[in-house]
Amino acid sequence: MSNDKKLFKGFSRRDLLKSLAGVPILGAVWYAGLSNTEKAKLEREFLLEKLNIKATPPPDSGPMSGEPLRVGLIGFGIRGEQLMRSLGFATQEWLEDMAKSSAENPNDKRLEDFKAQENLNVKLTAICDIFDVRAEKALRSFNSNGNTCKRYKSHLDLINSGEVDAVIISTPDHWHAPMAKVAVEAGVHVYLEKPMTHTIQETYELRDAVRKNPGVVFAVGHQHRQTQSFLTAMDAIAKNTLGHISLIMTTTNRNDDNGAWQYEIHPDASTSTIDWNEFLGTAPQIPFNAEHFFRWRKWWAYGSGLSGDLLTHDYDRINCILKMGIPKYVSASGGIYTHRDGRNVPDVMHINMEFPDFTSGGSQEAGKEKGMTLVYSATLGNQFDRGTLLMGHDASMELGNTLTIYADPRSTKYRELIKEGRIDPKVPIYQYDPSANGVDAVTSATAKYFADKGLLWTYRDGKRVDSTFLHIREWLSCIRNGGDPSCGIQEGFEEAITAHMGGLSYKIGRKIEWDEEREAIIALPGEDLDAILLNNEVV
Amino acid sequence: MSQTIKLSTAQTSALVLMRLFVGWHFLYEGVIKLYSPYWTAKGYLLSATYMKSFFQWLAGESMISIVDTMNIAALLLVGVALVIGFKTKLASIIGIGLLLLYYFAHPPFPGYPQGITEGSYWIVNKNLIEAAALMVIFLFPTSTHFGLERLFVKKQVQTSTP
Repeated sequence: MSNDKKLFKGFSRRDLLKSLAGVPILGAVWYAGLSNTEKAKLEREFLLEKLNIKATPPPDSGPMSGEPLRVGLIGFGIRGEQLMRSLGFATQEWLEDMAKSSAENPNDKRLEDFKAQENLNVKLTAICDIFDVRAEKALRSFNSNGNTCKRYKSHLDLINSGEVDAVIISTPDHWHAPMAKVAVEAGVHVYLEKPMTHTIQETYELRDAVRKNPGVVFAVGHQHRQTQSFLTAMDAIAKNTLGHISLIMTTTNRNDDNGAWQYEIHPDASTSTIDWNEFLGTAPQIPFNAEHFFRWRKWWAYGSGLSGDLLTHDYDRINCILKMGIPKYVSASGGIYTHRDGRNVPDVMHINMEFPDFTSGGSQEAGKEKGMTLVYSATLGNQFDRGTLLMGHDASMELGNTLTIYADPRSTKYRELIKEGRIDPKVPIYQYDPSANGVDAVTSATAKYFADKGLLWTYRDGKRVDSTFLHIREWLSCIRNGGDPSCGIQEGFEEAITAHMGGLSYKIGRKIEWDEEREAIIALPGEDLDAILLNNEVV
Repeated sequence: MSQTIKLSTAQTSALVLMRLFVGWHFLYEGVIKLYSPYWTAKGYLLSATYMKSFFQWLAGESMISIVDTMNIAALLLVGVALVIGFKTKLASIIGIGLLLLYYFAHPPFPGYPQGITEGSYWIVNKNLIEAAALMVIFLFPTSTHFGLERLFVKKQVQTSTP
């Protein structure tokens, strides 16, 4: 071997090349990786800066200090139990079930989450349920740890007992407004489950009652208003990211008996354990029927079907972002196409809402972009996830627990960026996942695939929180510290009127019109809209 | 075993090329992740279809930052070692371990969901093939032929024969 180097005696030039040739490759690959990530980062920052969307948490509700608030519960059914857990009260049965479940599956964090929940400093002093089994279960569980809970046979006794500062109402729909009205007039704060009312007339009456009693804090149970992605969506809309929105699609898709309101019937249900007359109230007087009691959502007499029960969630989610109010026109169709089990509310329903004067701002010439349609489409016979989609001239937004925005290929606003190749309409320009540590402007299909679609949870600082807990906390904070709940009487009024227009259109089979000036649903001569809405015959 | 096999120059060159390519792949992945502040293995681990509890434990709050750092460090280490030809046997073992972890989180076993992948696989996928390639690199070390280790070998030869 030739040898002419002192430093590497015994090494040929060829040897050195063979030894060190990997080093330049290393440098090249490293440089390529670094410059590519830098470029991607700059593009991402450029887009984020341009869009300027803020991941917005709701303002913190105030402290829970002071004397404990005395809360009463009316209606201890499925939702009533959930609401009580959010308030800090779980039944013994639930605690035992959860302990067993978390022992079997360490990933089941329900019990842990419940125990870690902030103490809301309330006393559950009163409960009213007309089914003895449920009321006794509540008393067994809640009369402990220094909490004294008393059962009242009637909601009137509970409200007027002087033992409650506030009530939570989670009864069948036909009792919502009558109970809320009595409570408001008695100066008792109200948290009322959706839909706010069962008839059109009640909607005005309840609004009047709340307006006349400004000292009462009234909240409607639309917990989605606490979801962080919805608040971030609000900021995206305010920054005109989507341009003019012409179409919104929201959906409910379920495919099981429970989702279709076919709840279990308790074996102990009878006229001796259930106060049947109290249940019926103003509903048609029929003999005791356990199915009607437990599965009341299936009949117009007590519930309001897809329009009142589930559309209200989706409508309110959009209304909290766009504040578009009551639609000018509503047309609906549907039918009972799967669950032919005696129900008279439809199990497939489509509700089109027109907002001809609504505009969310635009990027084209003035006047061109005006008017919006919200399509709600629901089936209880298939649960394919169709999501919620807001479609604007400049971009589309997929709205769930994760928020994703895609630029539109024909956007005016992003035209140049699309042309320059800086925006690919197939890849999100913005994605926000509150469970992750940060925002992501450009992300992969895989990241999208992993996105959480759940609606029961929201996130605070990356931690999972029950949105119902936050919604109840907000209501309690308004009682203690002042302020207005995010879903108060005006939002509830808009929600209820819209739902009733959907129900009416389905029943009458024609387009229903809202007269904004008169604040009235337009009826034809001789039409009693509430009678039509409550008509209990199968259409 | 490798010492007993006499490889032709073409055979050795092919093995070197394979080592460089695998190293290149590891290195590039490591560099990209190193400079991407929002990258995390959390999504991949949480969506594991096999040995779920193990991968979910790795994705847990107390573990994930360690897992992410270790992953990047291992990718870089294996990549650098294979490219420059230094400690390639150790790097191959680490690389195989890493690839098997990726493989078992989302294995293409019949009856297991595939999620989004860039091809069609049954039992064998690209992670497994790359692990097999590393096995070959482990068994047929080429860094004394092409790589930094050549310097050390030469030096040893030099000192042993004054």
